[in-house]
Amino acid sequence: MKYLDEYRDPALAHRILDKIAEACGERSELAAIMEVCGTHTMSIARAGLRSLLGENLRLLSGPGCPVCVTPNDYLDRAIAIARQRDAIIATFGDMMKVPGSSSSLYQERGNGARIEMVYSPLDALKIAEQNPLNKVIFLGVGFETTAPTVAATLAKARADGVKNFFVLCGHKIVPPALFALVNDPELKLDGFLCPGHVSAIIGSRPYEFIARDYGLPCVIAGFEPLDILQGIWMILRQIIEKRGASVEIQYSRAVAAEGNPKAAAFMEKVFEPVDSIWRGLGKIPASGLAIKEEFGDWDAARVIQADVGETREPAGCICGMILRGVRLPMDCPLFRKTCTPENPVGACMVSSEGTCAAYYKYGNG
Amino acid sequence: MGITEKIAGEKITLAHGSGGIQMHNLIRSLFQKRFRNEWLDQMSDSAVIGNPAGDGDALCFTTDSYVVAPLFFPGGDIGKLAVCGTVNDLAVEGATPLFLSCGFIVEEGCEILVLEKVADSMADAARTAGVKIVTGDFKVVEKGKADAIFINTSGIGRRSRSRGFGREHIRAGDKVLINGFIGEHGAAVMAARGNFDLQSDIKSDCAPLNGIISDMLAVSEGIRFMRDPTRGGIATTLNEIAEGANFGITLDEAALPLRDDVKAACEILGFDPLYLANEGKVITIVSAEDSACVLEAMRSHTLGRESRIIGEVTASHAGRVVLKTLLGAHRIIDMLSGEQLPRIC
Repeated sequence: MKYLDEYRDPALAHRILDKIAEACGERSELAAIMEVCGTHTMSIARAGLRSLLGENLRLLSGPGCPVCVTPNDYLDRAIAIARQRDAIIATFGDMMKVPGSSSSLYQERGNGARIEMVYSPLDALKIAEQNPLNKVIFLGVGFETTAPTVAATLAKARADGVKNFFVLCGHKIVPPALFALVNDPELKLDGFLCPGHVSAIIGSRPYEFIARDYGLPCVIAGFEPLDILQGIWMILRQIIEKRGASVEIQYSRAVAAEGNPKAAAFMEKVFEPVDSIWRGLGKIPASGLAIKEEFGDWDAARVIQADVGETREPAGCICGMILRGVRLPMDCPLFRKTCTPENPVGACMVSSEGTCAAYYKYGNG
Repeated sequence: MGITEKIAGEKITLAHGSGGIQMHNLIRSLFQKRFRNEWLDQMSDSAVIGNPAGDGDALCFTTDSYVVAPLFFPGGDIGKLAVCGTVNDLAVEGATPLFLSCGFIVEEGCEILVLEKVADSMADAARTAGVKIVTGDFKVVEKGKADAIFINTSGIGRRSRSRGFGREHIRAGDKVLINGFIGEHGAAVMAARGNFDLQSDIKSDCAPLNGIISDMLAVSEGIRFMRDPTRGGIATTLNEIAEGANFGITLDEAALPLRDDVKAACEILGFDPLYLANEGKVITIVSAEDSACVLEAMRSHTLGRESRIIGEVTASHAGRVVLKTLLGAHRIIDMLSGEQLPRIC
């Protein structure tokens, strides 16, 4: 298939793998590269790349699965709202099975709550227009990739005067989390494989501090096996050639250095940065997005009262450390035992981009 | 919380009906445990029971219910599906399907014209498959208590005892064959649901398989096992075959027949074609010696033009299904867990 098969060509992949092996061979110590984005994690597992990369190179999964880093109190609030009689929750499918403190949206749907899966926030707005007697609450979760379309939907809701549409905003932005990671003394990294889709919006400049101040190579990579392998090779080349770390773009067919200014402008119009809690990383300054006051009438957190109850984090789950790249799923005593996709303890096991889900589904490769 | 309390509070979710691991576990722990008998314990698509007439052949008996939405989709409809699905459950046991029953549960308000179209389609499919619909039942429930039309069909078929294949005959070195493109039914129904704004020409592969299967059985005594990979897709079916066995199965990603439009839809929506339903496909496990002649017989049939060898039974990784990826790496393929859900970014 055009534009797909080219990026999965086995012969080309093995040529890059040989180069990577050669580069790793020149170094005495092990190289550790973090793939920040959950879509990378899944793609690596699906193609079995870890098993092809050899023992001198470690790929660590980062905090780039938006569902996984969403804290329990957000989910508990969504569930509390879902239980209200006139509420319809509209959400991306990934959120359905994620366990909150005592339930999940999936279970709530079994109990009779109205929960609709959508592919776009605009579909949620449509549901609101078709159900004028209900409150329709869209669960705004995701990074810079999804935030602009949610911003555009809020702007449209205001322009069209739709009064029964709300967004429960849990959006986060990536660069502040990377700042927290490079300052984590437990984590020893040699470079970052930066997310492709997020960078299509924000461009390459927000990563420059990592290269400049911390000397770590960053490569923005696409999601096909060849994209990822080339991205890894570009990071290794920066390390070996010792020419000073920089931010490079492998995924040039989608990412420009300045990003997508139009999408960024939409985000700025509707959202403002706030401190935000990331599961596993804790509170990170200015890492979340809140709905600005002028859009307050569409902000579920302001308008809709909900009895959330006490928020609990699952006992024994090491999701947090896995999201920071300091532990692997196999290190968790619950992995594959009490925590499975059917009975998930932590979010990383159920999100389609979760690290535990990737290791469970595709093996440790 | 004690175990009994947990079960007392637990409810049926859609995951229990999606053909994956939850359904599998529920059937074993809730139904099989209570109904237990030598025929049920075969746990195959059809029960093989003795023939009261005692002429050496065996009777096969199966049942299935159909609740697909929408009722009509490219390549088929609920009526065609209700006939083909049950015919196929008999055919994969090596039986010649003979008689079907049909039970309708219809929602108040359903248009009679719609029902007529469905019945026409069932009659057509039964003619194609060479089976007779010989008994039936019709119930109407209040509006909102069902979704338009639900159909149950049961089927009886006859198989000659000498065929005697089964999972216990599978050996390392055997080949895994399929009669064409995977995932078409699942992708067609998803596209027809219309909530994805997906323009596509994907058609369901819904078809009766008894013709092609009888051609295959005619050329080889080396066919060990057959299954139709419906809900849960080929990944789930292969896992059911390998589960608890002393062999494993390796699938070759490069050999998987996959249409570009199905592949594209999966890429966009975040589905894995290995887990999408098929309604006109049969996975066949054949001895290595006979794989070429069975493949040829398959390709000679209109439902098997794109037939391929997609994998092999192995002595290694017993009980598991492993995919050899395009790049030559190996990764595990598990049963479907839950429903396949759309991704976030």
